[in-house]
Amino acid sequence: MTQTTESPPTRETPAVAPMSALWPVIALLALAAAQAFGFLTSPPDRDMGHLQKIMYVHVPAAWNAFLAFVVVFGGSILYLWKRDERWDLLAAAAAEVAAVLTALTIALGSIWGRPTWGVWWTWDPRLTSTAILLVIIVGYLALRSFVDEPERRARWSAAVGILGALNVPIVYMSVRWWRTLHQPQSLPSTVDPAYAWGLRLNAIAFLVLMIWLVRARYRAATLERMRERADEREALGRP
Amino acid sequence: MRPRLALSRVLAMAWKDLTTERRGKAGFNAVVFMGAITLLMFGFALGPDAAALRTAAAGLLWLTVLLSGALAFNRSYESEAEAGAMDALLLYPGSRWPIFAGKLLANLIFVLLVEAITVPIAAVLYDIPVLTPLPGLAGVLFLGTLGFVTLGTYYAAMASRVRAREVLLPLLLFPMLIPLLVAAVGATKAVLTSDPMGYGAAWIKMLAAFDIVFLAATFLTFEYVIEE
Repeated sequence: MTQTTESPPTRETPAVAPMSALWPVIALLALAAAQAFGFLTSPPDRDMGHLQKIMYVHVPAAWNAFLAFVVVFGGSILYLWKRDERWDLLAAAAAEVAAVLTALTIALGSIWGRPTWGVWWTWDPRLTSTAILLVIIVGYLALRSFVDEPERRARWSAAVGILGALNVPIVYMSVRWWRTLHQPQSLPSTVDPAYAWGLRLNAIAFLVLMIWLVRARYRAATLERMRERADEREALGRP
Repeated sequence: MRPRLALSRVLAMAWKDLTTERRGKAGFNAVVFMGAITLLMFGFALGPDAAALRTAAAGLLWLTVLLSGALAFNRSYESEAEAGAMDALLLYPGSRWPIFAGKLLANLIFVLLVEAITVPIAAVLYDIPVLTPLPGLAGVLFLGTLGFVTLGTYYAAMASRVRAREVLLPLLLFPMLIPLLVAAVGATKAVLTSDPMGYGAAWIKMLAAFDIVFLAATFLTFEYVIEE
């Protein structure tokens, strides 16, 4: 059995950082302000009309989902390196947030695609690789839920997290080639300056939101680990 | 670890797994039957349209390989799990990667043998001319199977040791295999047709890249997966 770093068992709850109560307030205010800014300043799009407003949630969610994947990758590597369970809990928290944001990205993309492209789903490279990322991260979360022993769960999910991250560029390349070999799909990826600031502000608001969510899930994961440890001690008959 | 010692451990591990399989045969027969029934059912699902089947043949063949082959991986850790033999194996001094390499080699031979039966069945059912492009087809099958078996053997080391292992393995394995599926089907199509656009080489390179990336990653991290 490998030694893992554990927090001292006497402490009943993790220390609450002084800022933590403020995060949800800041996140929700920032989000409301950025959304209002986007809605009020941007003119209706020539082709899409007000449908364009979906962009202010869709694109920031996608960017921050990607950022959350990077946190999963980093946390996994740091866990295997340092064997400090906090890195594992951070990777787990980021994976949950990544799953939610990726699902949100796909759902909104689909809602936007229906009136714009006329279909709910199309085998566009970016859409398809996002869907593959979602199933990879769901596999990671499934593994976590199936393994009860915390140290083993941490090692295994770190390995799965690293392999999943290595697959991201391969997934993207393969899907892009696959599509271009059939029929090229062009997306208007340039954004008119009228929408740029709304997009930037919403990206920042989503970043704050993501940090809040990851922190909250990290704290929940830490508490769960403490409860698991308390149960273990009780089962062993120790005070 | 000295290369000679590592090699002999890898071969001993693979030989042990293959001998168990050869004496039992039940696993091999079940996987071959699963492959054959999948090919048959795809035929029924896509209707009696021979032309449509021939167009879809490369994709159906690879799906059959992945769906039936995935049954083999959890089995490969079962014998060790039952008698607690894995703990004894882990007590041996030296690196643990030869355990993985041995199982990988045994699974690779196992799945290639399954393909040696299912591919001819597919050729008959879907009317694919396999004899002329045989060397190319064999090469593509080998490259695709290598990547498939690498990840399958690796994830089964985890999945075979949890409850609900039949569910967990596909959940972990299949999402990771999508790029391999795309590249393998692309390469197989290129080999089977005359490949007028010359896409085959690009797909074969992608398969090789997939194999190299994941062979390296699994060998480097297997220690963390198997450790108790």
